[in-house]
Amino acid sequence: MTGVREDLVLERIDRTRRARARVREDRITMSHGAGGKATHSLIEAVFLDAFDNPLLAPLEDGARLQVGRSRLGFTTDSYVVSPLFFPGGNIGDLAVNGTVNDLAMTGATPLYLSAGFILEEGFPVESLTKITASMARAARQAGVRIVTGDTKVVQRGKADGCYINTAGVGLIAAGLDLGVARARPGDAIIVSGPIGDHGITIMLARGELDLEADVTSDTAPLNGLVGSLLGVTTGVRALRDVTRGGVATILNEIARAADVGVLVSEEAIPVRDPVRGAAELLGIDPMYVACEGQMVVVVDGAVADVALGALRAHQAGAQATIIGHVTAGPKGIVSLRTSFGGTRIVDLLVGDPLPRIC
Amino acid sequence: MFMRFVDEFRDGGKARALAAKISALCEPGRQYKLMEVCGGHTHTIYKHGLEDYLPEQITMVHGPGCPVCVIPMGRIDDAMALAAEPDVIMTSFGDMMRVPGSNGSFFDAKARGTDIRMVYSPLDSLKIARQNPGRRVVFMAIGFETTAPSTAMTLLRAAQAGIGNFSVFCNHVTIVPAIKAILDSPDLRLDGFIGPGHVSAVIGCRPYEFIARDYGKPVVVAGFEPLDLLQSIYLLMAQLRGGESKVANQYSRVVPWDGNATALKVIGQTMELRPYFEWRGLGFISHSALKVRAEYSGYDAELLFGVPGVRVADPKACQCGEVLKGVLKPWECKIFGTACTPESPIGTCMVSQEGACAAYYNYGRIRRTRVKEASRS
Repeated sequence: MTGVREDLVLERIDRTRRARARVREDRITMSHGAGGKATHSLIEAVFLDAFDNPLLAPLEDGARLQVGRSRLGFTTDSYVVSPLFFPGGNIGDLAVNGTVNDLAMTGATPLYLSAGFILEEGFPVESLTKITASMARAARQAGVRIVTGDTKVVQRGKADGCYINTAGVGLIAAGLDLGVARARPGDAIIVSGPIGDHGITIMLARGELDLEADVTSDTAPLNGLVGSLLGVTTGVRALRDVTRGGVATILNEIARAADVGVLVSEEAIPVRDPVRGAAELLGIDPMYVACEGQMVVVVDGAVADVALGALRAHQAGAQATIIGHVTAGPKGIVSLRTSFGGTRIVDLLVGDPLPRIC
Repeated sequence: MFMRFVDEFRDGGKARALAAKISALCEPGRQYKLMEVCGGHTHTIYKHGLEDYLPEQITMVHGPGCPVCVIPMGRIDDAMALAAEPDVIMTSFGDMMRVPGSNGSFFDAKARGTDIRMVYSPLDSLKIARQNPGRRVVFMAIGFETTAPSTAMTLLRAAQAGIGNFSVFCNHVTIVPAIKAILDSPDLRLDGFIGPGHVSAVIGCRPYEFIARDYGKPVVVAGFEPLDLLQSIYLLMAQLRGGESKVANQYSRVVPWDGNATALKVIGQTMELRPYFEWRGLGFISHSALKVRAEYSGYDAELLFGVPGVRVADPKACQCGEVLKGVLKPWECKIFGTACTPESPIGTCMVSQEGACAAYYNYGRIRRTRVKEASRS
């Protein structure tokens, strides 16, 4: 008796989930910044509602603009990481690599960046010069130039040391059209390397957990890797760099934007042992943990091996792996075959992953 | 990459072998209802897709052992009132942050400016108290016997160090009265119990003997990895097939038969049973919760501040009570997945990762046949 009714309930839930997003809270909570459902609701109900236009609407990592005969990729991102310095990098590396990667995901060759600083009264100049030195180094490595900027200082207590905003532009090659909405059944889903390193590094670097692990942030530019990939095949449908919300969030965006199903294998998803161990201890799923130097590639299944070969040939993609496929259904749903041999869905989180009580 | 002490408990080959043995124990035409008492087990079942291994004859019924789920709304409101007192820093576990009271959750209160901080252990609260001598730090203690020892240790340390600006808002509950309430509930017929693992590491297995003796139901105390659960289901089915009802311990690598004497001692030193306590959905249950002992009254937030203590009825549409008792499957609740979702939960079962509704919504909301078709295509 229950089989039929459960199915009806699931359909009712699907209808509810497709309904227009709205923000229920009367104030911003930390969940609105975590990259999960609360963030999506905020973006759709507040920002998209106010600014709606066809260039913004796809909600990709950056906008694609036609300017004269050129196509530009254009993106912006703000960095508020705490602590500012962590194993493997600092806020400066993130601010350059993050924006370079957002541009690369639009298919653009990143060219120029802006950098805006919001500094707290009392912030050590020595720390600032360390950050700017890292930014200069990261820019050189990615082959971009920081060509304009801005500085604001706020009173002590009004900011947490140093916040950075960067924006970037790049050129998109003719004929290249990437986007998660282009995913179709049979496409392969590749992740460029082990996931969760950055998020776990930051959680441990905050020192709140009394937990140590041999793990460093993976912050790195991906434009070189993207260049190698796009050079060998025209079968790439979409690129997404994995940041807050983790791989799980991107897979959900694919399923939703293209109205397809996504089926991935837990066993195939590369996770380093220290990251897996820390995540197990904290009761957090690495699939929701942020990276800063990994991407998800959606590619025509027929050329998946070619794409994988190109990624693996590049240092930044040496551990690239096919983690799953796009399926015709269930539409809008990401399913996971667990290592144990069962099946479950992978949904968006509401906010930050919260550690369990016991 | 093989991870010791984790991957050997997630072996698909062993799971298939166990699943075959479980199926073989099913008597034709008989339906089995097994309750996993602990929310941690509910989480494991859905997170690893364990139901894929079970024959249709076996239904897992989710029990009340989810610390966040059983806290009644009135206690959340009390905690909010405490947090709003002057100079107070309210601290609690992450799972508590999204639980709705009459006027929103801790997250909402935090956004309105109340100083509420998430901690990983009550000792972190004590540390915050040391670092903020001008403030009054309250730890909202929740959980079964699993988390009670760490609260007890913190009380002892606070007293030892003479830290005067720390107190505990005690909401610890005990598992056995809740199981008894379920056994005495007329609307549910269960065949056996998967006993809670972490709780039993503290209280041992003896407290469950009445279930086998007086109610004739088998109990198997289980670990939290998927193979632990599958093996425990097998052990339950073997007892049922043999017409037995005993308490067995599948989780002997962690659970001593007599429990942890040290942990029980520190709980006894610092806390005592309340005459009665309200459980969400289950109502008032006598001798089912702990409060801070009179000797430690200087650390009892309920006495230091005076909480409103008003009983608040659950929202009308919410059927958490029926879900906690195992009478309703999560999706059978009228508001499941529509008015009540993880992003705007109405009931507690939708908040905690260990809540049956959240586990089903986040992991189990799946048309299994459709996924199987998709993986073949």
